Amino acid sequence: MMSKFPFEVQTEDVQTLSVLSPEGQVVNPDMMPELSDDQLKEIMYRMVFTRAWDDRAINLGRQGRLGFYAPVSGQEASMVGSVYPLNKEDFVVPAYRDMPQIVWHGLPLYQAFLYSRGHQHGGQIPEGVNVLMPQIIIGAQILHAMGIAKGFKLRKQQNVAITYTGDGGSSEGDFYEGLNFAGAYKLPVIFFVQNNGYAITTPFSKQTAAKSIAHKSVAAGIHGMQIDGMDVLAVIKAVQIAAERGRNGEGATLIEALTYRYRPHSMADDTSKYRTKDEEAEWSVKDPLVRFGKFLESKGLWTEEDTARVKEEAKAKVNEEIKRAEQTEKMTVVGLIDTMFEVTPQHLEEQKADFQ
Amino acid sequence: MAQMNMKEAIRDAMRVELKRDPNVLVFGEDVGHVGGVFRATEGLQKEFGEERVFDTPLAESAIGGMAVGLGVTGFRPVAEIQFVGFIYEALDQMVVQAARMRYRSGGRYNSPIVFRTPFGGGVKAAELHTDSLEGLLVQSPGIKVIVPSNPYDAKGLLISAIRDNDPVFFMEHLNLYHAFRDEVPEGEYTVEIGKAKVVREGKDVTILAYGLMVHTAMKAAAELEKEGVQAEVIDLRTLLPLDIDTIVESVKKTNRAIVVQEAQKTSGVAAEVIAQINEKAILHLEAPVLRVAGPDTIYPFAQIEDQWLPSPARIIANVNKVLNF
Repeated sequence: MMSKFPFEVQTEDVQTLSVLSPEGQVVNPDMMPELSDDQLKEIMYRMVFTRAWDDRAINLGRQGRLGFYAPVSGQEASMVGSVYPLNKEDFVVPAYRDMPQIVWHGLPLYQAFLYSRGHQHGGQIPEGVNVLMPQIIIGAQILHAMGIAKGFKLRKQQNVAITYTGDGGSSEGDFYEGLNFAGAYKLPVIFFVQNNGYAITTPFSKQTAAKSIAHKSVAAGIHGMQIDGMDVLAVIKAVQIAAERGRNGEGATLIEALTYRYRPHSMADDTSKYRTKDEEAEWSVKDPLVRFGKFLESKGLWTEEDTARVKEEAKAKVNEEIKRAEQTEKMTVVGLIDTMFEVTPQHLEEQKADFQ
Repeated sequence: MAQMNMKEAIRDAMRVELKRDPNVLVFGEDVGHVGGVFRATEGLQKEFGEERVFDTPLAESAIGGMAVGLGVTGFRPVAEIQFVGFIYEALDQMVVQAARMRYRSGGRYNSPIVFRTPFGGGVKAAELHTDSLEGLLVQSPGIKVIVPSNPYDAKGLLISAIRDNDPVFFMEHLNLYHAFRDEVPEGEYTVEIGKAKVVREGKDVTILAYGLMVHTAMKAAAELEKEGVQAEVIDLRTLLPLDIDTIVESVKKTNRAIVVQEAQKTSGVAAEVIAQINEKAILHLEAPVLRVAGPDTIYPFAQIEDQWLPSPARIIANVNKVLNF
C-alpha cells in the first residue's frame, strides 16, 4: 500500500459517544444530560410503549389490519431520544420508519395507523403539530428539513428542524446537497442518520468507503458526531448539543447513531438471507430498553412491574387507536381529486363523472 | 404604460410581488448578485436585500427541495432553474415532492412555488439548454404549466403564478426574451391561469400553438392569407390546465385544426390537445387534427436546429393537408 502523501487530507478516527454501558452503568458522567427523575421515567415509558406498539403492529400487519409497516424494535433509543429534547415549535421531518418520532412529537397514533392503511387522513397533520408525513423517496426529506430550517432562519425564529435517514440514505445525492446547503447557509438543522447496518439487505461495508457517516460532515463544513444509538442518554445529549447550536446561529449538525433493527426491513423481508444469528445476538446484548431500564432500576426509578404496566397500557391504547383508524370514513376518488389543487380545475371536475 | 421586452416584463412581475408580499422569495443559481445568466432578476437583490433574493449553491434538486421546505413554513418561493435541461436533476423534488404536498397532507400543507426556467430552441445554445420538456411536466399530476408568448402575458401570468397556492412551472422561451417590446402596464395586473387567447381570427382552420410557435404560426397565417386562407391562431398560454373551451369553440367554427409544438411529436401537449378535441368536438371535424412538431429525436446540436424546429413552411404544408382532406 502506498503511504500517505503529506499534503493529502487527514481525518482522525471518530470517537463514539456513550453515556451508559450495556450494563446500564454510567461510563461518561461528563456527558450525562440534565434530566429530572420524572423526565427519566417518561423517556423509559416512551421506549417501552414504542416496543409494545411495534410488537402489536407486527400482528396487526399479519391480520391485514395495517398496510406497509417498517418495524422499529432496536431503534427506540435513537427514535425516542432524538425528539425528546425538542420544543413543540421544532420541526420533525421523517423517513418511512420514523413513525415513533412524529407520534411522540404530536401526531395522533390512529393517524399513523391510517397512514399505514393507505388513508389520506393519516398525513393530515393537526394544526400546531410540526411534523411532515413520512417520506418514501430515500433522502428527499433531507432537503425539506433544510428548507424549513432556512425558513426558520429567515423569520428569525429560534427553532430547529430535525430530519432522519439511514445508512443507505447517506449515499443519496439529496443527502450531500442538503448537508452542503445547510453548511453554506449555516442553517439550524439536525441530520440524524440511524445507521442500523443495513440498507434493506446491503451491509454498511458495501455502502461507502468512508470511515463513518459522521465523517461526511467534514466535507460539508458542518458539525458531526457519532453516537451509540442504543444509548438513549447519548442520543439526548447529542441532540441537545446540536439543537442548542442551531438555536444560537451556529449551524447544522450531522449525528450518526449506531443502532440495529431487530426485525426485518419491512414485513416482506427475510433477515436470515443477509444477517447471522451471532450478529443479532451481539446487538441484543446492547438493547436500549434493557440498558436504560437497568440504569433506572439502580436509581430506584423503575421496576419490572412498571414495564409490564406500560406494555398493557400500550396494548390498550393501540387497540383503541386501530379501531378508530378502522372506523374512519373511507377515502373516495372524488375526494382525492379535490386534494390535487386548491381549486379543482375543469378537466379534473369532469373526470369525477366516472366515480360518482 | 412602459415598453418592455419579455425578460423585463418577467423581472417586473417579480418586483411587483416582492414589494407586495414579504413572503415572496427569489433564488437560484447566479440570480442574486448578478441577476441571473439572462439578467432576468437583475437589480432585485439590491432592491429587496440578500435575505429575499439570493444565490444558491449549484444543485438543482436542493433548490427544489429547499423551495418545498420554505413553502411549508409559509414562504412563496420563486425558484429559477438556470436552463430547462437541468430540471432532470430535480424532477423528484419538483414534480413529486412539491406536487404531492397538498395531497399527502390532505391539504394541511401546500407548495406555493413557481419554478421559472428558460427553454426553447433556435438560439444556438449548448446541449440540454433548449429542449422543450413541457410534455413531461403536464404528465405529472399536481402542477400547473404556463408558457407565455409575449411581454404582457408574461408579466400578468407570472404574477398569477406567484399568487397561486399550488406549484407552477413557468417556462420562458429563450428566443422571446429580447425578441420585441410590448406595452406593459406599470404595477400589478394579472392574466388568468388556464385561459387561452385567440390572437388572430379566421374561419378556415385553427392553428393551436404556444410560446415561440405562436409567432411562427402567425407568420404562416400571414402567408396563408395571401392564398386566401383565413387561419385562426390560438395561443394556449397555459398547458395545464388547458383551456379546452376556447379550443372547441374555435374548432366548431373552422372545422379544421392543427397543433404546433417545438417538442418531439410523440405523446406531447399536441397529442393531448387532439385527444380532448376528439372527446368534445369530433362531429365538428372535417379532417383529422394534425401535429407539426419536432421529430422524435434528441434535440439536435446547433448546426441543424433551424431545420429541426417547426417552420412557417411546415405549418403551411400541414394546413393545406387538413384543408384538402
